[in-house]
Amino acid sequence: MSRVAVPGILKIAFKLLVNDRGKFAALLVGILFAVFLMIMMTSMFAGILKRSSATVLNVGARVWIMDPAVNNVASSIPMPDYVLDAARSIPGVKYAVPLYSSVALVKLHGGTYQAATVIGLDDASLYGRPELLQGNIQDIYGENAFLVVKDAEFSKLGNPGLGSEFEINDHRGKIVGIAHVATSGLFGIPTLYTTYSRAVSYIPSMRFTAAFILVEPKSAADIPRIQQAVARLGYQALTEAQFVQKVSDFYIYQTGLGTNVLLMTIISFAVGLSISAQTFYTFILENLEKFGALKAIGAKGRELILMILFQATFTALTAYGLGVGLATLLMTVARLRLPDYAAEITYLNLALAFVMVLIIAAISSLIGIRKVIRIEPFDIFRG
Amino acid sequence: MGTALQAVALTKWFGEGDARTLAVNRVSFEASFGEILYIVGPSGSGKTTLLSMISGILRPNEGQVLVEGRDLWNQSDDAIAEFRLGKVGFVFQDYHLFPRLTTAENVAIPLILKQVPWDEALTRAQAFLEVVGLADKGLLPPLKLSGGEQQRVAIARAIASEPDILIFDEPTASLDGDTGRKIVSFVKEHILNAQRCIVIVTHDSRIFEYADRIMNMEDGRLTGIANGGLHEI
Ligand SMILES: Nc1ncnc2c1ncn2[C@@H]1O[C@H](COP(=O)(O)OP(=O)(O)OP(=O)(O)O)[C@@H](O)[C@H]1O
Ligand SMILES: [Mg+2]
Repeated sequence: MSRVAVPGILKIAFKLLVNDRGKFAALLVGILFAVFLMIMMTSMFAGILKRSSATVLNVGARVWIMDPAVNNVASSIPMPDYVLDAARSIPGVKYAVPLYSSVALVKLHGGTYQAATVIGLDDASLYGRPELLQGNIQDIYGENAFLVVKDAEFSKLGNPGLGSEFEINDHRGKIVGIAHVATSGLFGIPTLYTTYSRAVSYIPSMRFTAAFILVEPKSAADIPRIQQAVARLGYQALTEAQFVQKVSDFYIYQTGLGTNVLLMTIISFAVGLSISAQTFYTFILENLEKFGALKAIGAKGRELILMILFQATFTALTAYGLGVGLATLLMTVARLRLPDYAAEITYLNLALAFVMVLIIAAISSLIGIRKVIRIEPFDIFRG
Repeated sequence: MGTALQAVALTKWFGEGDARTLAVNRVSFEASFGEILYIVGPSGSGKTTLLSMISGILRPNEGQVLVEGRDLWNQSDDAIAEFRLGKVGFVFQDYHLFPRLTTAENVAIPLILKQVPWDEALTRAQAFLEVVGLADKGLLPPLKLSGGEQQRVAIARAIASEPDILIFDEPTASLDGDTGRKIVSFVKEHILNAQRCIVIVTHDSRIFEYADRIMNMEDGRLTGIANGGLHEI
């Protein structure tokens, strides 16, 4: 008695949907638009968040010690020297080194000034050094030596080569290496690396100089103990992931960025939902008599429900695929033209858009199903 | 001639209290295999309501529809849907063909609902299109056909599940007189057989000559049954 004529009715449902080209296209475009907007928005967001943590990711230390008030890499709060000594004596610490990070003004040949991030690496270990494209890392110990990162901001320093000279706070600087980093920064200024001691002596500093202390634990199991010991000193020790999270939280919650993206995402969702739910509803309405005729002929309620669910799901998934494809295509093209384009599609973006599309499909089919369940074949029969 | 179905004191009203209209009032009759039974009467006399009750579309308030010795309306909703699908063929007044499906796919629908595999359903649908003389129209969308041809597609769909009972509501209403007569005479010659009963509701006196019996309704009541042909009623 519980006959359900799958897959024949699904094939009919498919033909009813796809053969109505105009309506099907309108449905696809509505959902595609929502998916596309949503992916672009959240990918841009994901890209920006990743960049906001660029220094953390590029330096690559396992544990970072900092002032608890630090919430992004750009505005660090230097710590007194005893923190470094104390960190070195915490059991479980293999080694601990200071990291200098600040922004300095660079005077170029033509006399123009350009701000740059200067990162000072521990003299002894050079812990956190970038990968070099040109030059020799040992040259960093040479007179006035700096490494420059070859990213999208590189040209703002006049595309320096090995041996290029510049002025930094009335000191001479000389490029001895050209570096490559995995993640570009968010702030749109070039990045220079030098030794910790040179950074401290070239750039006017406060009494304290270590922006961060980088710690290599003996084992992962030691990390909680290190964190507790650092907390007792009144400072904060974060793993790389925790630090990235903290920076992200800052940009999401403390700047308007998160709220704005959230709003835009909700709007694209609402627009997509209303376009597609409405189009799907008209589609159902136009076919209502036919669904009624099917019922009269002997189709069961659950067969009609199955047809509608199938139509909504098929449309939603197709549009999702097209939307993801379009977003990917656009980003690929954008990246070709703008090498430093920030947007980045993550699995989370895709999953979010997917959930949204499922909700659109669910709501659209619900509206359709309510309508179709209520048709009385008698009314169709009476005409 | 065996009994195809028997209606016993069928009654249907709409609305409640003062607004209540008695659409069909204690109507009893029998329909036999091999006959064409007409239901005629003025507009609003309850013809469509009666037709709906005997075909498993509209539940009566009182009375019974007996088919193969069982009370149709005493069964589950699923069983009633099975009855409509397996035992009854419908030809609706405005055909209700799917414009986005081909003619053959339209005819195949009852077979697909009966879980006949797609390709076989289409082959069989094509055979039914041949029965109604539309063998070469299978791949066209129904809207490319004339009114009379669409009517024949609807007939092919109604007979595709090889039903015992065929139900027509105003089959000639949207056809010109000639086409209407042709359709009904075609039905009588090719669709009617000894294992089948055809019930037709109509206003159209030009097709009375094809009836075996004619039931007259007025105000929800059965007021008489006459033999068909060219008799006066
Ligand atoms: N769903 C409904 N709700 C209320 N009244 C209804 C409903 N369906 C039918 N009726 C009433 O029942 C009566 C019989 O209607 P029915 O459609 O059976 O008449 P009919 O003989 O088929 O008329 P026609 O020749 O115009 O098709 C009419 O008075 C009609 O108004
Ligand atoms: Mg009627």
